[in-house]
Amino acid sequence: MYKALADAIRDAEKEKKTLAHLALDTEARDQGRPVAEIRAALQRALDVMRGAIEKGLTGDLYSASGLVGGDAAKLRKNPNGPLAQTPFRDILTRALAVQEVNAAMGVIVAAPTAGGAGILPAILTGLAKARSVPDEKVVDALATAGLIGAVVAERASLSGAEGGCQAETGAAAGMAAGAATEMLGGSPSQVGHAVALTMQGTLGLVCDPLGGLVELPCVFRNATGSAIALAGIEMALAGITFAIPVDEVIDVMGEIGREMDVRYRETAGGGLAATPTGRRLAKERLYQIKRSDG
Amino acid sequence: MAKPSATWEGAKMVSLLDIIGPVMVGPSSSHTAGACRLGLLARGLIGGTPQTGLLQLHGSFARTGEGHGTDKALVGGLLGFRPDDERLRDALHIAEREGLDYKFEKTTIADASHPNTVRITIELNGNKATMLGSSLGAGRILVQEIDGYPVEVTGNLHTIVLVAEDRKGSIARITGILAEHDINIATLRLSRKERGGDAFMVIECDEEPDKKAGEELRALDWVRWTRRLPKVSGG
Repeated sequence: MYKALADAIRDAEKEKKTLAHLALDTEARDQGRPVAEIRAALQRALDVMRGAIEKGLTGDLYSASGLVGGDAAKLRKNPNGPLAQTPFRDILTRALAVQEVNAAMGVIVAAPTAGGAGILPAILTGLAKARSVPDEKVVDALATAGLIGAVVAERASLSGAEGGCQAETGAAAGMAAGAATEMLGGSPSQVGHAVALTMQGTLGLVCDPLGGLVELPCVFRNATGSAIALAGIEMALAGITFAIPVDEVIDVMGEIGREMDVRYRETAGGGLAATPTGRRLAKERLYQIKRSDG
Repeated sequence: MAKPSATWEGAKMVSLLDIIGPVMVGPSSSHTAGACRLGLLARGLIGGTPQTGLLQLHGSFARTGEGHGTDKALVGGLLGFRPDDERLRDALHIAEREGLDYKFEKTTIADASHPNTVRITIELNGNKATMLGSSLGAGRILVQEIDGYPVEVTGNLHTIVLVAEDRKGSIARITGILAEHDINIATLRLSRKERGGDAFMVIECDEEPDKKAGEELRALDWVRWTRRLPKVSGG
């Protein structure tokens, strides 16, 4: 797969292809598999994503610790709020739903990781519904997202333990923004700007889950990460450009991750996990998990 | 959580389907999906659900494993459940029903061990195996030791590990046996500590080596030890 988004954007423009088709052709060549087989695997991923959203919206799922759950349903039912009746709020709801399913040991697609698994399905299926985008185009968007994620893995990291939350929900938001921008008709170059405009907004975000569990704040970071991605999509489709090239934004995310103190990299030693309440809740809830397992 | 950076040896992430995937039971690709695959690999060593299992957890597996369902995922793997199988959630209860007597211990294995590491000791009808493996992130795993022998197995392909006396023609004999069983070799790594010392072989195969192929390899008088491991990851 590509090691720089700039190279992919150049090739897509030269070959007059979408980034999605470039990614699918490259994957087929790299892995020696037909495009149809890769598309079928991505379609299955999309089906699992939709299943997780549906399951999460019922509102009766809680994590083993009980720290998170029930909030997707709460958001969906609230008639007030400035985003009521908008695709924006539907997307936030979907992001919470997937993460609540994940925390409750339900089936999800790690995209790119389990901790950031709510953002890509929320953005793509939410916008697909709002704009009546056919599945074929959503599968294309997943390929574009995979290309962006592969470049981030290559140049920076997709691991909270290595690079903080900017490498998990930040990368997921960048992938979702780029993929959705193309899905809604953006050019390859606009995709690059959407990723840059989104990831600049998540730089420096630490990974600080209570007790080291993929629950709090992870579930909510998927909603706020989706909001940042929507801002990136909106700006990129309006023709707004970001002066720092997207590959340099990705590089600096990796650099910040490497400089980040180990307390802020999934160890529960800093950030929200280390607040007095964070420590107390983690202690109580971990005890509860042991007890419920007998 | 935790996908490895592309620089991790043996864990290069270039495939789209690695990024958009795996499909898995939550909440953590390293603590849940990877743990399940380690259990599945260990089960493969003895060819079925063990009657007893000792699971020694190290590092982050010991510290946050319960909240991530690492215990359920490991036991689920031993029962033969894959990472996307929703029965993982109830694996501890199912194990009791199916007569798998498991025990967890928290331990410190070695300073150099990856944070998510487990040593699994299992037995089925007198057939015993031990395995030391780590979850690297993104559901990817690496087995470092089997029955005390150092190995490097990822579970991306069907694998044969083998220790043999260092003698001429041994590779030809082994590849010949595999060819007779219509098994294509994808990769073969050979190493030895000294000239004339034991040779370690890790053979990754496109097809699953059957029991008979394994027995024929074991029957060679210069083969000291061999095991077959199933494919547990990859498309």
